[in-house]
Amino acid sequence: MSDKVKVTIDGITVEVEPGTSILNAARQIGGDIVPPAMCYYSKLEGSGGKCRTCLVKVSKGSEKDPRPMPKLLASCRTTVMDGMEVQNITSPEVLEARKGVVEILLINHPLDCPVCDQAGECHLQDLSYEHGVGKTRYEFERRTFDKIDIGDKIQLHMTRCILCYRCVYTADQLTNKREHGILGRGDASEISTYIEKAIDNDFSGNVIDVCPVGALTDKTFRFKNRVWFTKPVDAHRDCPTCSGKVTLWFKGEEVLRVTARKDQYGEVEEFICNTCRYDKKKTSDWVIEGPRHISNKSVISSNHYETLKPLPVIKPNLALQAANKEEFERAIKN
Amino acid sequence: MESLSNRKKVLEQKPMNFWERLYLPAIAQGMGITFRHMFKKKETVFYPEVEREFSENWRGMHSLKRDEQGRERCTACGLCALSCPAEAITMIAAERQKGEENLYREEKYAAVYEINMLRCIFCGLCEEACPKEAIYLDGPIVPADYLRKDFIYGKDKLVEEPLKAQ
Repeated sequence: MSDKVKVTIDGITVEVEPGTSILNAARQIGGDIVPPAMCYYSKLEGSGGKCRTCLVKVSKGSEKDPRPMPKLLASCRTTVMDGMEVQNITSPEVLEARKGVVEILLINHPLDCPVCDQAGECHLQDLSYEHGVGKTRYEFERRTFDKIDIGDKIQLHMTRCILCYRCVYTADQLTNKREHGILGRGDASEISTYIEKAIDNDFSGNVIDVCPVGALTDKTFRFKNRVWFTKPVDAHRDCPTCSGKVTLWFKGEEVLRVTARKDQYGEVEEFICNTCRYDKKKTSDWVIEGPRHISNKSVISSNHYETLKPLPVIKPNLALQAANKEEFERAIKN
Repeated sequence: MESLSNRKKVLEQKPMNFWERLYLPAIAQGMGITFRHMFKKKETVFYPEVEREFSENWRGMHSLKRDEQGRERCTACGLCALSCPAEAITMIAAERQKGEENLYREEKYAAVYEINMLRCIFCGLCEEACPKEAIYLDGPIVPADYLRKDFIYGKDKLVEEPLKAQ
């Protein structure tokens, strides 16, 4: 007997290692059936279980115990069992619950996408566009905070935070000492560094990349341009501290922003250091690899063409081309 | 073959008689028509001085609106430029400083906002895309000019007049 376990997600069966979460099993299948995740981050240990957007229905617990699970489960924190059957987009109950989760996430989130630098690559924007309702039912004042500068390069808009804890895990796991955490509890919780102490670790800039919303943004890019007007280009350089593999965001000749490369789930492939992120903003600092592939569902890909040759408007007619060539040669002979 | 509409009239061509060959009656008739039109109501208007009434959904020159307190509504989100099929709109955003709260409504504003009126096709998609109700194509016809650079309208021409102090 193989040590792999079988799990069926939305009718598609996949064999995965025991101990894999449902979310990761779904990612192995890929496509539309992958539950969205706002707080889970595969590169960060212990992340997940906060936002509840990845809720799924387990209609059959396992081969040994085929009873369905009584409640919807957070797929990022539930491990698969042999013979488990999971419903994600095929279950109206899950879609309804996800709609509710989005509404709750948006309760305190301001509607300032026109101002926010994250707009266009914001996960909450995509999520609410896909699963949310157009209107809010919330009638009370949204919680507001003042902007906080975390160091001189990171801006924290606590108002936009959805408390996913990704940045806290990043700061905990990438850096040697804890510098960044959550103060307060429940509705009053807020991301902060103790006494607004500046983060001076080499990798602190990665909290910008892991933030699914616009709560942590790059101050060197602040209001410089909209994401969809910039052209993402893959580039690398020899960096003594990090891998040096980044995406440069060009506007004309100028590098406006440097970020880590993000995969299809919006997770960075490799964390990059602050020198690469903030200080190397000249094209000459980098070795350009080529344009970055952006999903054509994203607004960033608007007006970006991947093929140099546009599709032909007229069907190429070889016989006609040969005839034209003959005629042309005859014309220049005389 | 019989014609489809039965409205075809076959003209008989005969040689002209003496009076017709003189052409004088025909000239008098033509002059008569010309003089009659001098006393009729004119169909044209003297355009720059007089303007025709525009229909309600007329799309003319753009204007950047202010809110009730006279602050600029535009927050330089770039959606107008994104939606523009002619790529006529460009902008540069800036952050609002302390003390400018009475000038700009949001914490970001358009420091430079330019529309190239030669590129603009007056489709109104910018108006539709604007989440802040900041741009409307409610102005007059864009006037003619001599130089290409004069057709790039900046904020000085586009932003509404500030509210009068009361």
